[in-house]
Amino acid sequence: MSARTVPLHQLAHARTGDKGDRASISVVAYDPAHWPLLVDQVTEARVAGLFASRAPTAVRRYLLPRLAAMNFVLDDVLDGGVNDSLNLDTHGKTLSSLLLTLPISIDDKETP
Amino acid sequence: MHSSPQPSAPILRIGSGAGFSGDRWDAAVPVVRTLLAHDGPRALIFETLAERTLALAQLQRKQNPEAGWEPSLERFVAPILADCVRGGIPIVGNFGAAHPHGAARRLQQLAASLGLPSLRIAVVTGDDLLTALSPERMSTLLAQSAIERPLVSANAYLGAREIAAALRAGAQVVVTGRVADPALALGPMLAHFGWPEDDWDRLAAGTMAGHILECGAQVCGGYFADPGFKDVPDLAHLGFPIIEMHEDGRFVVTKAARTGGCVDRRTVIEQLLYEIHDPGAYLTPDVVADINEAQVRQTGPDRVEITNVRGHPRPATIKATLCYEGPWLAEGEISYAGPNAAARAALAAEVVRERLRVLGLGHLKIRADFIGITSVFGDDQGRWAAAIEVPASRAEDLRLRIAAAAASRTEAEQVTREVLALYTCGPAGGGGVRTAVTPRLASGSCLVPREWLAPAWEFAA
Repeated sequence: MSARTVPLHQLAHARTGDKGDRASISVVAYDPAHWPLLVDQVTEARVAGLFASRAPTAVRRYLLPRLAAMNFVLDDVLDGGVNDSLNLDTHGKTLSSLLLTLPISIDDKETP
Repeated sequence: MHSSPQPSAPILRIGSGAGFSGDRWDAAVPVVRTLLAHDGPRALIFETLAERTLALAQLQRKQNPEAGWEPSLERFVAPILADCVRGGIPIVGNFGAAHPHGAARRLQQLAASLGLPSLRIAVVTGDDLLTALSPERMSTLLAQSAIERPLVSANAYLGAREIAAALRAGAQVVVTGRVADPALALGPMLAHFGWPEDDWDRLAAGTMAGHILECGAQVCGGYFADPGFKDVPDLAHLGFPIIEMHEDGRFVVTKAARTGGCVDRRTVIEQLLYEIHDPGAYLTPDVVADINEAQVRQTGPDRVEITNVRGHPRPATIKATLCYEGPWLAEGEISYAGPNAAARAALAAEVVRERLRVLGLGHLKIRADFIGITSVFGDDQGRWAAAIEVPASRAEDLRLRIAAAAASRTEAEQVTREVLALYTCGPAGGGGVRTAVTPRLASGSCLVPREWLAPAWEFAA
């Protein structure tokens, strides 16, 4: 069975929230059929790798199977948060879009 | 979830008029129009108090003892106040910020100027720890936060009970300072349904309904559109949300009639999880809410029902936000375009860093962004930008942004001065310098034992 790689953006949508120096990013499958794929591949380890330059001290994933959603909490990734960061995006609002770049390996027969 | 809903208890409709201090001033108008089209109990909430907004308000009050409440208060309330008063729709807002009594006075003047009779305006107090706590208790709390800077404000997140009590006593407007955002909506629910204090499931359902409302348009297609993937109809005329709460804790999320935007499973799930950490333990002063088993179901166009929210006993401590005087933010930008633009921008950044070192400011935290190549994904340490190899980029229209945290205005101005000097002393062809120097606030949080607080409410004189 051959597989191809697509960005997570094609399979899921996401939203960032922030509290202090902690970002929370939800990931929601467009199609619940893709949920197992996301559970397998959108892991704490891979997300930590994607955010490595921000040196998270912890990455936790919470699963919500009834909603085909997951919630990531990344500690200490906002350079001190809304009050201290020199980033134009002090809240880290754009980070959901970074998460959606994660490459996902998908079976050729599956849509999209 | 509860086996005996009372069919006789009418639905409570609560609309959102603002989800943050910078929200649209006219957003509440279609919400109130929609609420007025329904009989039965209704309320309108305004959430305008982000973490730092309160500290800014505290600073304003120091300058002017009559200030310290939401600066846009009249712009938010004036368009709907007469309709709400005549229609019997109470207004609940945390627009009191650092000076709820000042906001109440201004609202009373506003009512008079609109030809309305004198309003029953209630004020919730007890969130301001600087006035509520002894110096000994304050220093115990401050020890929890590692920040050693001059303190500007310290406010605890109060719950829904005082809001509910004020509404039951007939308040037409309830003005609060810091309360948990969902409490703005839970207050009217407690006042209307009289849920017991330990009915954790219903308190949790009400809290999540408040959570859904608190960010205004974010549940109606705001902060959501992604053309081709998540299309939102008529985004420019986005409507604000209304929830319909049932006595048993079921609720429907919908929005103002004849507005743009959309309410569907996707918008609701994104907002349900927004700023939540553990979905099984969303901590508020009123209850610990649990959405692990929550069901989200589309029941009609722009109508989504949420059921199965669970609750656990409220925490023994209450969160408080502490705001301190922070460092100064220095920012300067300059554009480079055309052939070899990225190499010139990178050289300009090097020149500024070296000049700051020579001026004795080498210790400052400095960040360089190359807008057009990378501007927001990167970290302040520059690890992300270093991996991109900016000078080799073929981008031909980009903007260098230098940002630094400085101890004083003078230091911050030395930084922006160096960006300005790039005009004549920097690489070829730099143009369009803009600079800004901004005082900042730093914030931390601490946990306050519940018994230290004495939240209260009173009618404003």
